[in-house]
Formats: sequence, structure tokens, C-alpha cells
Amino acid sequence: MKYALFLGCTISIREQNYEMAAREVAKKLEIEFDDLEDFSCCGFPIRSANAEVSLMIAARNLAIAADKGERICTLCNACTSVLTEANKELTNNKELREKINKELAKIDRKFKPGLEIKHFSRILYEDIGVDVIKKKIVNNLSRLKFSIHYGCHYFRPGDLYDYFEDTENLSSVEELVAATGAEVVDYKNKLDCCGGAILGVEQDIALSMAKRKLDSVIAKKVDALITICPFCSIMYENSQKKIETKFNVEYNLPVLYYPQILGLALGIDQEKLGFRLNKIKPYSLLENLKVVK
Amino acid sequence: MIDSKKLDQNFKYEVAAEIGGTNITRCFACGTCSVCCPVREIDDKYNPRKIIRMVLLGMREHVLKSNFIWLCSTCCTCDDRCPQDVQLIKIMTALKNIAAREGHIHPFCKGQARLVSTFGRLYEVEDFDNKKRKRLGLPPVKKKFKEVTKLTKNLQFKEEIQ
Repeated sequence: MKYALFLGCTISIREQNYEMAAREVAKKLEIEFDDLEDFSCCGFPIRSANAEVSLMIAARNLAIAADKGERICTLCNACTSVLTEANKELTNNKELREKINKELAKIDRKFKPGLEIKHFSRILYEDIGVDVIKKKIVNNLSRLKFSIHYGCHYFRPGDLYDYFEDTENLSSVEELVAATGAEVVDYKNKLDCCGGAILGVEQDIALSMAKRKLDSVIAKKVDALITICPFCSIMYENSQKKIETKFNVEYNLPVLYYPQILGLALGIDQEKLGFRLNKIKPYSLLENLKVVK
Repeated sequence: MIDSKKLDQNFKYEVAAEIGGTNITRCFACGTCSVCCPVREIDDKYNPRKIIRMVLLGMREHVLKSNFIWLCSTCCTCDDRCPQDVQLIKIMTALKNIAAREGHIHPFCKGQARLVSTFGRLYEVEDFDNKKRKRLGLPPVKKKFKEVTKLTKNLQFKEEIQ
């Protein structure tokens, strides 16, 4: 199983723990990643300024993968959404495709319909499968309890992703986490947005949005919140201290990427899973695991 | 108070002509979007139903110069639940795009657009970053994308962002 790995801007520079763990897990599950150095920003950050230019940037990335004859694996929810949307719109709308291709021709690129783009978690769920993952678990995480934050652009809007799961009743990442043996703890506002997209526009609103979820999750007394998107993680992990100070609350809640805990369960060396890059150190959780071993 | 003499009846068609803006006139003001909006729940100065109404009424100046159009977190909950398939996220994008062209771009979005235009990335990659990546056992990443700079050179607010 081979995919061109689309890292995007944030993971490669700010959230390398996610990348490290994803690469290790992929290796273990025989997913081959091809690094295409020409992949740029997905186009998401420029969409508010100009949707057409954002579409051109996305289309350029898609053209690069298509030239290599490769499918795209994404790690970031925002990249997944922008690339999937561009792929759909340019495949279905001939007029728009011709317009964008006219621009791409100036840099010797061409969008071709029919490319497959999938988030890494979806590849694990749909193409590897929960049963296969279960069979490979060597370090059962049954002592740990996790809550899951999916992140909006992983599944919404439903029609963009052909409703690969029920957008009001999600289960894929829960099943993936449960496959490690850990207990999955549900909470009331699981579908809510982290606020990441407006952190730079109005920080107070964004932090309040993140706080609502942290409040619900902390009440469940879980060992960590599991995420699959760098923007969401930045809201819940990097901004956690800021939220604690601003609202005079205390969480100290570890926020981990799914491949980090899957890596632990698959028996991958902790050092390779990037835990030391986590801002809220998950040491007590890792200690707890040693006892299990 | 809304001054009817200041309304621009064509505004809704202008929005409809933008990428993804077509469905704006379908809105029958049920309010599903505002009820499920996580931003409005925190601060109701962002109220999607109200914004759509303002556009349909033709309050062009008011909408384009407002701060609230930049507050959509693009969570797509409204998109998913709208019974009329208005596609609000795309409409908010259309409004922001028109505002940007007329010089009312939010400074944060302007900054992001400038970075992507200059580097092809949201961050300027320094040698330090690639050294760190090497230390972590990760391959280096490219620092600049001339092709992206070329693609973004027609941004209509170019003089604004550079």
C-alpha cells in the first residue's frame, strides 16, 4: 500500500511528534509513504483571501501526486478538506477545471481528475481495518482511558466525504482507539469545533470554544484527549496553559495524537513516537504502561 | 435602523456569482445554522442567519466592512444541517473574498496570505527547522515554492499584502 504523504505546513514545522508516530505506525502496518518535496501548503490559509487562488494551490499539489501516479495520504484535517474539495470541484466542473488549468499551465502543471485523497486515520480504518490492527497489538493499553476529538474537517461536511460515516454519530476513530485495548470515554460535545480557524482572528472566542471541550473531557477523568489534526491539538494542548490562566482553571490534560498511542500498542519504541515533543508531558500515562508490561 | 436608500439589491447576485455562492437565495431563514453554530454560542455578534439576511436585504457596505464575517470557524455544522443546502461556509468565504478585494481583509488573513504567497507555506522554514527534523529522523522540507508565488501573483489585493 503506497501513498504520497502530504504533511502540510503545521505538522512538519510545529507538530513533528504526529509525523514521527505516523511514519512509525505506517512502517509497522506496511503502508509505504513517498515524500514528494514539491508539495506546498494545501491552500487552506489563503481561502479567506481568495478562494480561486486557494483552489489553484490545491490543484497544483494534486497535479504533482497525479504525475507520480500516487494517491495522497494526509495527516491534517484542514489539508484533507481543501484537497478533497478541490479534487471534487475540479473533477465535476469542467468550466472551472479549464480555468484553473489555464493558470496551472503557466507553471507547467495540469490537474487530472480521479485522484484518491484520504486522511491517515481513514486509511487505518478502511484499508488496514480494526481487526488487522487488533491482531498486531503487543502492548494492550487496557489500563488507560481516552476521549476522542475528531476535528470538523475529518468528517464534515458529510457530502464532501460521501458520508463515509454518520456525521451525527461518529465511530471510526473510537473503534481505532478501542483496538489498542484502551477504554473510550464518550462526552457530550464530541462533535464541537476546536476553534482553531479563528484563533488568529479573535483569540478570546477561540479559547472559549476549546475550553468548553476541555471542561467536558476533564470531568470524565480520562488519561488523555486523542486528536488526529494538528490545529485541534494546538488548541487543546499548546493553548491549554493560556486557557488555564485566562479562566483560572486547571487541567494538565495530556493531548496525544492517535498514532502515538497506536504506536505504543504496536510495541514501537517510545522514543520514536515523539512524546518528548508533547507540551503537556504524558509521563504518568507512560509510567502506568510500564507496569502493564 | 436600516436605511432602504442605502441597500444594494444586487449584492445577493454578486455573492451568488462567487465560487460556491450560488445557493444564497435559497435561505428561508429557519435559523438552523445559528442554533448549531459553536461560535455564536460563545459570542452572538457572529450570527449566520442574520448575516445571510443582511446580504439578501442588500446591506453591502455594512457586511463587507464588518468584523463578524471573519469569525466563521469553518466547522461546517451548519453546512451539514441546513435544510436548504445554502452552503454557508462557501458564502462566508465569498463575502470574505469580496471584502478582501475591496481592501477590507482581516489583518490575520492578510498575514497568512502573504506568507503563503512568499514561501508557499504558512511558516518561513529556517535552517534550524530542517536541522531539528534531521535530529528527529525526519526528511528535510523545501523552504520556498516559486510556483506558488507565481500562482498567487494575481491576487487582487496584491498591493495590500506586499
